Amino acid sequence: MAKAGFNRRGGALHPVHVVLLAGTLPLFLGAMLSDWGYSQSYQIQWVNFASWLIAGGLVFAALALLWALIDLLRAARSGQPYWLYAGLLLALFVVGIVNALVHARDGWGTMPAGLILSVVSLALAMAAIWAAHVPRRFGEDR
Amino acid sequence: MTIWRMVFVAASAALLAACGDGGGAAVDYGPDPRLPEPEQGLLPAMTIARPAEWGDQRPVVPTGYTITAIATNLRIPRQTLVLPNGDILVAEGKGGGAPILRPKDFIAGIIKKRGTTKVKGGDRLTLLRDADGDGRYEGRTVFAENLNAPYGLALIGSRLFVANQDALVRFDYAPGQVRASGPPVEVTKLPSQVNHHWTKALAASADGRYLYVGIGSNSNVGERGTSMEENRAMVWQVDAETGMHKVFATGLRNPTALAVAPGPGQLWTVVNERDELGANLVPDYLTAVRQGAFYGWPYSYWGQNVDSRVRPQNPDLVRVAVRPDYSLGSHVAPLGLAFSRPALGPRFTEGAFVGMHGSWNRQVPSGYKVVFVPFRGGRPAGQPIDVVTGFMGKDGKTRGRPVGVTVDPRGALIVADDLSNSIWRVTPDELAPPPG
Repeated sequence: MAKAGFNRRGGALHPVHVVLLAGTLPLFLGAMLSDWGYSQSYQIQWVNFASWLIAGGLVFAALALLWALIDLLRAARSGQPYWLYAGLLLALFVVGIVNALVHARDGWGTMPAGLILSVVSLALAMAAIWAAHVPRRFGEDR
Repeated sequence: MTIWRMVFVAASAALLAACGDGGGAAVDYGPDPRLPEPEQGLLPAMTIARPAEWGDQRPVVPTGYTITAIATNLRIPRQTLVLPNGDILVAEGKGGGAPILRPKDFIAGIIKKRGTTKVKGGDRLTLLRDADGDGRYEGRTVFAENLNAPYGLALIGSRLFVANQDALVRFDYAPGQVRASGPPVEVTKLPSQVNHHWTKALAASADGRYLYVGIGSNSNVGERGTSMEENRAMVWQVDAETGMHKVFATGLRNPTALAVAPGPGQLWTVVNERDELGANLVPDYLTAVRQGAFYGWPYSYWGQNVDSRVRPQNPDLVRVAVRPDYSLGSHVAPLGLAFSRPALGPRFTEGAFVGMHGSWNRQVPSGYKVVFVPFRGGRPAGQPIDVVTGFMGKDGKTRGRPVGVTVDPRGALIVADDLSNSIWRVTPDELAPPPG
């Protein structure tokens, strides 16, 4: 069953689920770039932008995660790749929360942890999107 | 899945550890406080004591002293001024309203609001009078209204100066007057952009030539950007005649009360230092304000201890940063300062009373009381003595929060309380001999 594929009923993710998942990418990318901007310029507005972008990214990540968990609970989808996808989303959410708290510190107190966590968040968001869209290759590789 | 569970567990553990900053009761007073290493957890420790009614309870004063509420139902009383005829002026208001810049500002705002009054600021001065001298202030009038968050008060001769959150203004005052004869005259504008720390403290020099205005910073530690801090975190010296000002001292994060000591007339201030570096950092302090001195904010604290949260750093300024004179303990939030008079009794002959509004950035609350810092030879000497306590009950609820303190030369300590919206008066039971 697990080997059988990403979606036992076949077909792609629900379009709304796709939008929620895809939304994390520009938001965490923007956060990472803003953090990088702050670390280079000390211009405080960049880190304010990063705080809001992370908060936005977390909203999308949380909703996508919720959707994936409900899918798993209902056994609507299963298989190793889907578990990997859900796991990556969970990791993204946890790292994002920690990053949001780090970004609540004042001024340079956010750095360098904030920039590192933003890079990790971006990588996790990209990995989750990858895992959601090339399920068969992931499955076959194992 | 175990990997993800482990990540989750590790993250939760980190979160919990981050919340607990120890927050022990240890508070260091005096000229040489212990300065632990800065701690920056994931969540700043916050304890907001919930307000409660006084009911039958009263603030606690030392034996031989009595405390009474001489006015209640005010609209956020902050600072008071005892006029020459014994009348008491009360400045009532609430300023600020800095914009939300980050998700944090939004959340912290909601949490901190729980610890303050729901009453709307009065933007007025109320006059209290005890005509027959029985200690009951039966007379109460609105001296002036439609002010803009008035805070600091000072009288020079027949001119009453009021520090609004955006301007220093002046009223004419004649002895016995219960109502201002007209709208105030503007002496000078004060820095008011954003007004994160909005209170404008005020004191008059001993010779009456100058007014000193305390202007707080626009941020905790510069996180609104450097440009927001122009003309902030400093004390101005304002010419009482012309309204011209010059910068008197800088690097004072939030100088919330100013007072001139008896004798040669040295200016002193209490300063609220920065947050989010741990339970026992950074000490709030009482210090003499030396002309031209830089006291560290935002680049360093307690002299030359660099705050790494500020970029770009400024090593040249840090090198000249002055150490304050006397630590009052971290996060206690001193908002009131008044020098004592012999009429308050032998225990309080020489020294200063300090009103402490109380902490938020600490698991074990501190402050929430009025203390007396003994002085010898014009300098703080010895441990502070509790004068008015019991604002925070044993049940952990707050019934009042002290702000301004003022000494009535007839032998009373006046304490403004901006949570129960009252004015408290502490008097020695046996009348001390009149000041000589």
